[in-house]
Amino acid sequence: MNTRNEAPSLFRADILRGAVVASLAKLDPRTQLRNPVMFAVYLGSILTTLLGARALSDGSGESAAFILGIALWLWATVMFANFAEAIAEGHGKAQAASMRKSRTEVTARRLIDLGTRQTADVPATELRVGDLVLVRAGDVIPADGEAVEGVASVDESAVTGESAPVVRESGGDRSAVTGGTRIISDWLVVRVTTLPGQSFLDRMIAMVEGAKRQKTPNEIALAILLAALTLVFLLVVVTLRPFSAYSVEASGQGQPVSLTVLVALLVCLAPTTIGALLSAIGIAGMNRLSRSNVVAMSGRAVEAAGDVDVLLLDKTGTITLGNRQATRFVAAEGVIERDLAECAQLASLADETPEGRSVLVVAKSQYGLRGRDLEQIKPHFVPFSAKTRMSGVNLDGQQIRKGAAEAVEAHVRTLGGEFPESVRRTVREIAQAGGTPLVVSRDAQVLGVIELKDIVKGGIKERFVELRRMGIKTVMITGDNPLTAAAIAAEAGVDDYLAEATPEAKLALIREYQQGGRLVAMTGDGTNDAPALAQADVAVAMNTGTQAAKEAGNMVDLDSNPTKLIEIVHVGKQLLMTRGALTTFSIANDVAKYFAILPAAFASTYPALKSLDVMGLSTPANAILAAVVFNALVIVALVPLALKGVRYRPVGAAQLLRTNLLVYGLGGLVVPFVGIKAIDLLLSLVTG
Amino acid sequence: MTANGVFQLALALGMLLACVRPLGWSMARVYSRPAMQGERRLFRLLGIDSTAEMTWQRYAGAVLAFGFVSVLAVYAIQRLQAVLPLNPEAQPAVSPDSSFNTAVSFATNTNWQGYGGESTMSYLTQMTALTVQNFLSAAAGMAVLVALIRGFARRNVDTIGNFWVDLVRGTVYVLVPLSLVFALALVWQGVPQTVSAYHDVALVEPTADGDGKPVTTQRIAVGPVASQVAIKQLGTNGGGFFNTNSAHPLENPTPLSNLLQLAAILLIPAALCWTFGEMVGDRRQGWAILAAMFVIFLPLLGLTVWAEHQPNPALTALGVNQTAGNMEGKETRFGVPNSALWAVATTAASNGSVNSMHDSYTPLGGLAPLWLMQLGEVVFGGVGSGLYGMLVFAIVAVFLAGLMVGRTPEYLGKKIGAFEIKMASLVVLLPCAMVLIGTALGVSAEDGKKGVLNAGPHGFSEVLYAYSSAANNNGSAFAGLSANTPFYNGTLGLAMLVGRFGVMIPVLAIAGSLARKKHTPPGPGTLPTHTPLFVFLLVSVVVVVGALSFLPTLALGPVAEHLMTGSN
Repeated sequence: MNTRNEAPSLFRADILRGAVVASLAKLDPRTQLRNPVMFAVYLGSILTTLLGARALSDGSGESAAFILGIALWLWATVMFANFAEAIAEGHGKAQAASMRKSRTEVTARRLIDLGTRQTADVPATELRVGDLVLVRAGDVIPADGEAVEGVASVDESAVTGESAPVVRESGGDRSAVTGGTRIISDWLVVRVTTLPGQSFLDRMIAMVEGAKRQKTPNEIALAILLAALTLVFLLVVVTLRPFSAYSVEASGQGQPVSLTVLVALLVCLAPTTIGALLSAIGIAGMNRLSRSNVVAMSGRAVEAAGDVDVLLLDKTGTITLGNRQATRFVAAEGVIERDLAECAQLASLADETPEGRSVLVVAKSQYGLRGRDLEQIKPHFVPFSAKTRMSGVNLDGQQIRKGAAEAVEAHVRTLGGEFPESVRRTVREIAQAGGTPLVVSRDAQVLGVIELKDIVKGGIKERFVELRRMGIKTVMITGDNPLTAAAIAAEAGVDDYLAEATPEAKLALIREYQQGGRLVAMTGDGTNDAPALAQADVAVAMNTGTQAAKEAGNMVDLDSNPTKLIEIVHVGKQLLMTRGALTTFSIANDVAKYFAILPAAFASTYPALKSLDVMGLSTPANAILAAVVFNALVIVALVPLALKGVRYRPVGAAQLLRTNLLVYGLGGLVVPFVGIKAIDLLLSLVTG
Repeated sequence: MTANGVFQLALALGMLLACVRPLGWSMARVYSRPAMQGERRLFRLLGIDSTAEMTWQRYAGAVLAFGFVSVLAVYAIQRLQAVLPLNPEAQPAVSPDSSFNTAVSFATNTNWQGYGGESTMSYLTQMTALTVQNFLSAAAGMAVLVALIRGFARRNVDTIGNFWVDLVRGTVYVLVPLSLVFALALVWQGVPQTVSAYHDVALVEPTADGDGKPVTTQRIAVGPVASQVAIKQLGTNGGGFFNTNSAHPLENPTPLSNLLQLAAILLIPAALCWTFGEMVGDRRQGWAILAAMFVIFLPLLGLTVWAEHQPNPALTALGVNQTAGNMEGKETRFGVPNSALWAVATTAASNGSVNSMHDSYTPLGGLAPLWLMQLGEVVFGGVGSGLYGMLVFAIVAVFLAGLMVGRTPEYLGKKIGAFEIKMASLVVLLPCAMVLIGTALGVSAEDGKKGVLNAGPHGFSEVLYAYSSAANNNGSAFAGLSANTPFYNGTLGLAMLVGRFGVMIPVLAIAGSLARKKHTPPGPGTLPTHTPLFVFLLVSVVVVVGALSFLPTLALGPVAEHLMTGSN
């Protein structure tokens, strides 16, 4: 469980090489147009390059070296943005490539006749929905489908990265098989449910490659805000030309601010830091998600995961281990405990259910009772029947039985025995504590009670505490009676429970939460979960689950770990936080850039404005260049943050905001003052 | 500053704060209670179906239609005043461009005045065109605000109220009663209220005119002043009866009238914050917004008060005693603290009335009023319009905060999506664009440059001030700019229209979109919006947007002027 694919190092050599090539390809204006902020920089680069060329040819006006220096760094800004996106895409592509490697040309045995098992070999690509195929040990399953016959162990490492084989069998909740996985033993007849090319693996590959990435709602809203800000700055810069011309007229000295300086100012003011990294952040988020073995069908769902208020979890297999287990034996008054243990063991020898086997485990571990040699004692086993609601063994003329309290009571009474008051009390206590009591009898004597309990998974309580700190309420769903449900809920530490749940009741509960404005997440695996999964805002289907459940969910957890939602929430929140932090940083940067560029731009018109130059920069040309260089370099510096995401801690909204405002707001205010000054020092060394 | 000065500032602001709660509460009642018997009859008389709720589109349509009719009416009355009654001074028809400018100005609650009142407008124009608009344009702003508040408060509905009902209620139950009481108080303090002709009085100290001829009488302008001044102050209108506005001794005769008028500037905008909290069911939200306004207001007030206490370097050179501070353009009866407070209050709220001449302020003293307008008139701002502007900034702040805490942003339980951000961007962008483009035109076009009376950065500030004032519907004038020309009347008029309706329509769109949304109850992951932290964030957003948009212009205007006079 919970295998996490190793995160590739952020700057792997092969990814870097690919990214450099890809960044050049991204200079296509049609690609640039998709990002309004960077498109403005792109146009600025072209404009300053032309201005530089003109200055070179006629030698008039501003120094060509200055213009070309600005142009160079503007191109660098564009390339850095392309590069950030290309790296993020590169990581996805690398992941997709390793998945694709696992997929080879597969030949399928299409069943012509189900009865005779006669098959015909066809390429997997020619399969159609509804075809039946036979898959034997060693075969690769040719397409996504549902097992309709047989039981087999399947190596699903191609999709899950988990090497241990899993069991797939017809009927029930473990019938879904995934194309590209390999059968290790036995055989299956599979009904094809997806067309080749649209299989789960194909969708996964498309997802991690970013081919199908759609902008999420918050990303769209942010893009609008950034475009509006860019428009404001465009207005500021465009109108600065007439303002400056008027000021030159009014003061009778200096030159109006040049086009080059205006372009430089625009690029510095526009939120280029976040603009350049916006799509890289989104892609990196999806990559992080697929590294934790979750396949999201849409980015929207991932973002929604960050907003989840309520999480519904199935009890069985999620909160508790799959089956109830014996935990202790309680002997009746006057009965030796060991006697009870012995009989319990004998009654369970033939019981192959997990409950039965757990009785043997307790007998052995708590009472040191070894397994019996069946040849020697020659028992006659009485299997469980719905009529008697008991099972047991007849041995040496003794009838040993175990079963529900009422059944055993009826049984001993017919034999002339009594049902002791102490046992009745024990039965009641165990039931009230959420356990299941099994009463053991020998002939007419009631020996005592076996306590069966749901075993809460280790570590699950801590996960729920973490969810609570994230502001997510957990609700356990179970078919148990309210008494049992309450006891398990208390033990596991969930906030609420729904007992005696039917599919309708689950659906109604989700709707009720949604009516109240809550965002509901649900994890499920069974076909009967499908309606609820479809209704939930964030629906994580277990990969072990049925095809119906997977289709209804908007995410599939390949590890089938129900508390994986915690990781998904982390990724969803990190996506938003990284965007928010870099936006704040980007805007806060502008203050320092104004202080660098404004005094420089108006140095000849109003020399008095020199006192705004708090950084004491060397020359006006260096000041402007330093601001542009800082603006470009900060993008590169923040690429790792964009790819890794801002750290999320479940500490409450106000605390998070305070921290992030301090780091990215105040930091964004201060850092550029230092950075621009440092770059200016270097520039003044170079230019002398 | 003297202890007396501090006391006077504290008295005015203290009076204001004391009124916030009762007035805010009663306004919330006015807009939320069901129609009363008599009211229903009134609406039926006006042909209004008072029970019909409007979608945001219909609401916006009504706002626009009403605005159009208002402009038309005010324009017509000015053009026809020569042939209409109540014109004892026989004022001729106002010029077409000035009429257009004034009509737009009063219908948009800007009250920019390119004309001199007592020498241009007949009593009929003052009373039926200008004063009526003082009421109605203010009520329209409040109506749009109430529609936005309903957007927050309502759930899963398409409608945001009925504009006509809101307009009538705001006028009849809020503005008229307050003005009536206030006008009587002003009359008691000596403000005239008459329709008689101007008075000729003998001078106590006869003097001589430019040609040396003796002057023994003075013509004193009077009129229905008190009624107009009352609503001028209460409705953040600011259009004075007289040309010199509340610096005129008959418009603002006594220290008491000055104190009352000062408090009246901020009264309704501040109280509406309480109304907002009351109507959305969480009073703390209202206090938070009011706190944000004060956090921006007080430092800027401090800056202006400080700057105006500094001597004027030019006069220092002449050996003038300036212990009272920079007194040029100020009334000696008000002094620096009361003038500076008025200047900052009148530009924080989009009032625009003056009791001193801002053109004569020190560069930094004038910077604060200028920048307060450029912030988008959201620090108090116009009645209704100021608060809806601030709420739009709150939406932007919430959006940023939401991203930073990793949760889809929500404000008052409403999720903020792409549509709200798009509309909020328009609200921020349009006035800002009008200021920048207008000023660029003003300093480039020959017609624009001709009107500038001062040289250097000060001249630039004059043009910048005019467009900042118009585009943000303030109406305050810096003076020093001959703005009653076709060029300025036209471009400033346009800026006022865009600044008003270009903002109102997206605000109503937000209201409509919010009303349709369901309500998300707050959880541990929700960012509370009533805390000092949020107030700080909101203030930062307003200040940073204002600073980034206008730093270059401020540098070329007041800042350059300050640095240059300082170095002289």
